[in-house]
Amino acid sequence: MSANLLEVKNMTMQFGGLKAVDSLSFSIPQGQLAGLIGPNGAGKTTVFNMLTGVYRPTQGEILLGDKNVVGMRPYEINHLGLARTFQNIRLFKSLTVLQNVLIATHQHISYGLFDTILLSKKFQKQEAEMHNKALSLLKIFNLEKKADEIASSLPYGEQRKLEIVRAMATDPKLILLDEPAAGMNHSETHELMQTIAKIRRDFDLSILLIEHDMKLVMGICENITVIDHGVKIDEGPPQKIQNSEKVIQAYLGVEP
Amino acid sequence: MLKAVKLPFIAFSALLILGALLNFGVNAYIQLMLLFVIINSILAMSLNLVNGYTGQFSLGHAGFMAIGAYVSAYASTQFSFFSESFGFVGIFLTTIAGGLLAAFAGFLVGLPSLRLKGDYLAIVTLGFGEIIRVALLNMEAVGGPRGISGIPSFPNFFFSFSYSCFWALICFFFIWRLIRSSHGRGFLSVREDEIAAEAMGINTTDMKVRAFVLSSFFAGVAGALFAHVTNYISPSSFTFLMSVNAVIMVVLGGMGSLSGSITAAIFITLMPEALRSLQDITGVDLRMVIYSLLLILIMILRPQGLFGDKEIPDIWRKYVRKSA
Repeated sequence: MSANLLEVKNMTMQFGGLKAVDSLSFSIPQGQLAGLIGPNGAGKTTVFNMLTGVYRPTQGEILLGDKNVVGMRPYEINHLGLARTFQNIRLFKSLTVLQNVLIATHQHISYGLFDTILLSKKFQKQEAEMHNKALSLLKIFNLEKKADEIASSLPYGEQRKLEIVRAMATDPKLILLDEPAAGMNHSETHELMQTIAKIRRDFDLSILLIEHDMKLVMGICENITVIDHGVKIDEGPPQKIQNSEKVIQAYLGVEP
Repeated sequence: MLKAVKLPFIAFSALLILGALLNFGVNAYIQLMLLFVIINSILAMSLNLVNGYTGQFSLGHAGFMAIGAYVSAYASTQFSFFSESFGFVGIFLTTIAGGLLAAFAGFLVGLPSLRLKGDYLAIVTLGFGEIIRVALLNMEAVGGPRGISGIPSFPNFFFSFSYSCFWALICFFFIWRLIRSSHGRGFLSVREDEIAAEAMGINTTDMKVRAFVLSSFFAGVAGALFAHVTNYISPSSFTFLMSVNAVIMVVLGGMGSLSGSITAAIFITLMPEALRSLQDITGVDLRMVIYSLLLILIMILRPQGLFGDKEIPDIWRKYVRKSA
């Protein structure tokens, strides 16, 4: 197996007296589609927030490639190749779909203020490249016809897709999806599963996703980490997790 | 390059012709009001960059304007590098100096205070504006409460008008093009959702400071123009009321609309003056009462401002072309 893209060592997050995440360790090898599951309030989103720099872990290390990203600002971590979506959709609501995607490509431009004001060749070339890239990404998710619509006017499922497109536009190596299928029906979820598998193949991505839809998780994830009350209780391929005593207990409780 | 200056050049030529006509067509009072309209437009457009596009609430714009005005006024009264006939070169250089110093002040104020949001940022910038005013009030070198008088000016209205229009156009095209570039979209993303912007690789602190610095530069330029147009400035020219006026222009015109800022600048500057003649009829000064009522009425009818976040071309496309 190739080197680990992401390695988390003893990551702990303490909010006052509450340990939301307690010395969690896991790793994601290059190219893997990994899942993070657990009952409500297990600390999954807190894990995401620590990985992306929104929270600073109280203890532990997060290695992205060979860089420790603990203490970095979210945008710096994003520049290192880690992008995310949000559980409660956070699009740039009053901007157009295209603008949403273009903003994510900002880090790749090299033209300055004067290029902008003087409409230099560099400015025009890079703007055209950005637009093409954004439109081709939108096309993967069948959103290219809605490029000029205001983001908040999209139906819920498409807003979720747009979040993924936006994250993709930052050219990530690893993408974190926080409940990508929340609020979608069966056929939409199925379509989403196929799209996720496709972008992973086409863009050579590693993916970590949080999801409550077990069909989706068991269907596409290669390795699943299960946490409960901030502690890792099991880890392994879907077949193993489905039959794990501890996981079943965490979800359904113990018979007295 | 040619494309970049074509539209500004056409606009400037048109304004030059307008200036030449107004030079002879109207009296000095109206001419002065027109210059104030242009200066206020620059002020409103620059504040729109911070309050409208970047979504930060600044209430200290008069402070930056004061810096620009005082730097330009002081430099042009104390040093005379150029002979009388080349005075305009001096004015041009001191205007830029005023803008740059205001931008530097914007950087110094912005860096620590832009961590704050909303009301808190408003209070800090309000405090900054007052500090500048009180500091100037106590600085003997710049005349203290007496201010600076005898600031060199242009020989006639035509030159003042052209010079002000020159800066107004620079300000307009600068912000217009900036907002339609990736840098400008960065500003917009900060307004929309800071957390999401950070997660998408936007350095939000950097964006806010940049917006603040650019906005301060043009406020400084507006201040310098004000100094050269009126020939006299004092700390009482740059009170809190001036900052509030700038905010009113931005909000009334629409947050994130340059067309709106200019329209509102025209309205806010001319309305109190236009209502002056009313006093002859009523006998009492109802000017401010009517002015305030009009503001309230507009905000009730158009809470998003006259233009919302649209520009005149957007509205043209939406209504005029559709019906054709």
